[in-house]
Amino acid sequence: MIKRSIFSNPYLPYLLILPQILVTLTFFYWPAFDGLINSMLVSDPFGNYSRFVWFKNFIALFTDFLYLKSIGITLMFSLATAITSMSLGLLIATLANRALKGKAIIRTMLIWPYAVAPAISGILWLFLLHPSYGVVALAIKKFLGVDWNPVLHGGDAMVMVIMASAWKEISYNFVFFIAGMQAIPKSLIEAAAMDGASPFRRFWNITLPLLSPTLFFLMVMNIIYSFFETFGVIHTMTQGGPGGSTNILVYKVYQDGFIGLNLGSSSAQSVVLMSIIIVVTILQFKYVEKKVQYTG
Amino acid sequence: MVEKTPILDTLTYVFLVLGILIVGFPIIYALIAASLPIEDVSKVPMPLIPGDYLLANFTTAWTKGNLGTQLINSFIMASGITIGKISVSLIGAFSIVYFDYRLRKIAFISVFCTLMLPVEVRILPTYEMAANLLGPIQSLVNVMHLNWLIDWFANYDIDISLNLSLLDTYPGLILPLVASATCTFLFRQFFLTIPEELCEAAKMDGASAMTFFRKILLPLSKTNIAALVVIEFVYGWNQYLWPLLITTNPKMMTAVIGLQNIIPQADDLPFWNVAMAGSLIVMLPPVLVVLLMQRWFVKGLVDPEK
Repeated sequence: MIKRSIFSNPYLPYLLILPQILVTLTFFYWPAFDGLINSMLVSDPFGNYSRFVWFKNFIALFTDFLYLKSIGITLMFSLATAITSMSLGLLIATLANRALKGKAIIRTMLIWPYAVAPAISGILWLFLLHPSYGVVALAIKKFLGVDWNPVLHGGDAMVMVIMASAWKEISYNFVFFIAGMQAIPKSLIEAAAMDGASPFRRFWNITLPLLSPTLFFLMVMNIIYSFFETFGVIHTMTQGGPGGSTNILVYKVYQDGFIGLNLGSSSAQSVVLMSIIIVVTILQFKYVEKKVQYTG
Repeated sequence: MVEKTPILDTLTYVFLVLGILIVGFPIIYALIAASLPIEDVSKVPMPLIPGDYLLANFTTAWTKGNLGTQLINSFIMASGITIGKISVSLIGAFSIVYFDYRLRKIAFISVFCTLMLPVEVRILPTYEMAANLLGPIQSLVNVMHLNWLIDWFANYDIDISLNLSLLDTYPGLILPLVASATCTFLFRQFFLTIPEELCEAAKMDGASAMTFFRKILLPLSKTNIAALVVIEFVYGWNQYLWPLLITTNPKMMTAVIGLQNIIPQADDLPFWNVAMAGSLIVMLPPVLVVLLMQRWFVKGLVDPEK
């Protein structure tokens, strides 16, 4: 799209777009292209020798048990994180939307975890869930009777990284949910109340369906967040351990590429990640704006 | 509310306060831990009455984690990314919306394609690129056997090796993260909603493109810029993977990365009070930015998607 009324200048528009094109070319297109080429090469760790092998790296990747396990872990981790933080965000937003007084203060008190770095959220929760010093760990041990030890048990470690990642995202979800709720016409709610619908029924039959675009958008954003931005949480809390039980895809790229120096495999993994995010982006643009709407 | 539901209203407030406490709990707890001496913080459960070691723990965290240098690095990185992204995007969006030229569509599509690709998915090649900015030219030289050509031409044995490294530099920390299309896209969306008449009137009054940009477009974009400043500052400050890769020199490390050094490991004394104090210091700047600019931030976060 372009404006009807425009300026004309033979060189200025090029000059204006140049910085953007330059950074995108050097730090996006060239690396992406380079990654694509590298994903089809086998080379030794010192970079002295490389050979073109077509899709062998990808075949090796998808027949590697560890990689398939990492995919499973990532899916579980991101779904659990998204569902936890979205449902808490929705719950708190519903309550805050009912509150008559103090909306501004409530928002202020709920919004700031957005600004906490995932890595710092990891450190805070590492302390809270520490097997010998953590207070939340103590509560889990006492009230649930679980032998809580995220340093040794993979399942506990998974719960730990999910809690740290979900906590930080609650405020993001809250902001969107409350904005979505405030956009719902009051008259609809009032009409339903006149017809005798209880507050709970109004929530299920009016608020939630009308929030479906927000729900879908947040689902996409939360999954992207837990796929990529949780690197800091994993790095500070578990380093992918114990025994690879929290080794999500992004962390595995880093481990294989920078610690294991397996360039071919790491590049192939990057390409897989890029394809995933491209699909998600296309999905989002296709459906978020148009399809998910309340009809009928 | 629509009808009177006193019980439900009371419950709403009770649960709301509970929710706020749960969300705030990690920070409140960290604050208490940061005010206790080591003997208290390693008790299970830790006493919930704040001690008076807050300042002492802050000082220890500051010196032990070398936070002074690192906070400055974080600040330079976050503001560099913020300013870089916003200025590059502003003029880029202006070019795409207000001019018609042959490569306009291609420019827009090529920028748009990078919209959601975070640096995390292309770490290795981007790292290689930053390690040697002239890498592409070097590989061109290699592919075209220019070395050989020059050997033959000059009858002289030269090995062309081009090297310009961004590792352990501020541009290295900043530039790769400036390459994102989100801001450009948002400014484009916003410019498209600006009435045509403004531009027509400006042109009629004889304003040049840059005058229109400076005198009309920039003031109109103020709120959007303010919102993006918050979002991008928080984004830049909280970066983890990229600074972790690109900095090896402790003097160039950012604060969020540096915190790793003050987390007690398995065989250390459990200095969690110091770790919590350090975490609180490092999270303070972005939290302050969000709280102080809350109004613009919420608007900027929510509105563009609508």
